[in-house]
Amino acid sequence: MEVTLTVNGTAHALDVPDNMLLVEVLRERLRLTGTHVGCDTSQCGACVVHMDGRAVKSCTVLAGQADGADVTTIEGIGAPDDLHPMQAAFRECHALQCGFCTPGMIMAAIDLVNTSEQLDEQAVREGLEGNLCRCTGYHNIVRAVLAARDAM
Amino acid sequence: MYRFKYQKAASVAEAASLLDGAEDGVYLAGGMTLIPTLKARLASPTDVIDLGAIDGMADISVGDTVRIGALARHAEVAASAAVRGAIPALADLAGLIGDAHVRNRGTLGGSVANSDPAADYPAAVLALNAVVHTDRRTIAADDFFKGLFETALEPGEIVKSLAFQIPRRAGYAKFPNPASRYAIVGVMVADFGAEVRVGVTGAGACAFRSAELERALAGGLAAEALADVTIPYDGFNSDIHASAEYRGHLVAVMAQRAVAAAIG
Repeated sequence: MEVTLTVNGTAHALDVPDNMLLVEVLRERLRLTGTHVGCDTSQCGACVVHMDGRAVKSCTVLAGQADGADVTTIEGIGAPDDLHPMQAAFRECHALQCGFCTPGMIMAAIDLVNTSEQLDEQAVREGLEGNLCRCTGYHNIVRAVLAARDAM
Repeated sequence: MYRFKYQKAASVAEAASLLDGAEDGVYLAGGMTLIPTLKARLASPTDVIDLGAIDGMADISVGDTVRIGALARHAEVAASAAVRGAIPALADLAGLIGDAHVRNRGTLGGSVANSDPAADYPAAVLALNAVVHTDRRTIAADDFFKGLFETALEPGEIVKSLAFQIPRRAGYAKFPNPASRYAIVGVMVADFGAEVRVGVTGAGACAFRSAELERALAGGLAAEALADVTIPYDGFNSDIHASAEYRGHLVAVMAQRAVAAAIG
């Protein structure tokens, strides 16, 4: 099956199996391994990317469904010497320990800030319900998102 | 996942024809249930027919009813000013489904066609006396949910939209599983003046109307009216998350909270 999609601004035309997932396209075909596979059962949110501007779990999207879509991954939002405000806030607030959930957290948090009119602590906690972190206890993640809200 | 053939339909007619020509085909809407099911190898269709590219199936319009296209995503319903203006409880319910990323993909039609016993929308379909419009006919809410993952839909029939009746007021309350966010029990109460309808999800094999709660609220919405109601829990779901007896208790408690939400 032929799919064309734009990832981080670059257009790709790929021949993929019909049952391939978007996250497999990203990691295995395009070698964009910043997007993680955690639970692989649509619960943990480590695989969150933006598809046409909205946060989705890329382990629960078929490549065919993403045909024609504009996808942004963690690799597409900033550079080591030019971090996205959300990445900078995560670093500043010590919002990660092992870092496994971080790409999904950051992509989810950017969508949350972009689509929320009023974002307080409670709204951040509810907005990140689909992202699990096993290290931090979430407090510093929430602090980072609130800091980035003001910076974005 | 087992291998399957993926095809994207451009119209309802093309989808129906593709399914007709498949050995064991299945429709795909948002995929929030189907894709995990495929990944767990709990289903092995030969063909997956994606409805997602069909035009005009995600429209939302408000007139005598709130009409929502089957492909409208939960996030769109939750954020719709038109839905919130007419039936705030329906927008609230949509905003409680799953998590933000699930709501960005999951669809109304997929949810009701699947008849998951713990899905949120079926409670609203029943409480708001919705009419299900398919590519073949219309189906009344009371005739739609038949059992565990079972509906009145015939093989190959496609849900195109739902028309929800607009109540004077309504409320939805849900006791979510803290991990999955599915409803352990969810109750929607809708006051139509002459009639109060109560839809319950999570408790039984599929969503149902509660005769006990509707009788208790027939004299008008008041939390006190539910103080002495007991819900028969024989046949309710019982699992590691909640016993049938506990679910019966939760139905009454969620109904009280739904009434409180409706009264405002």
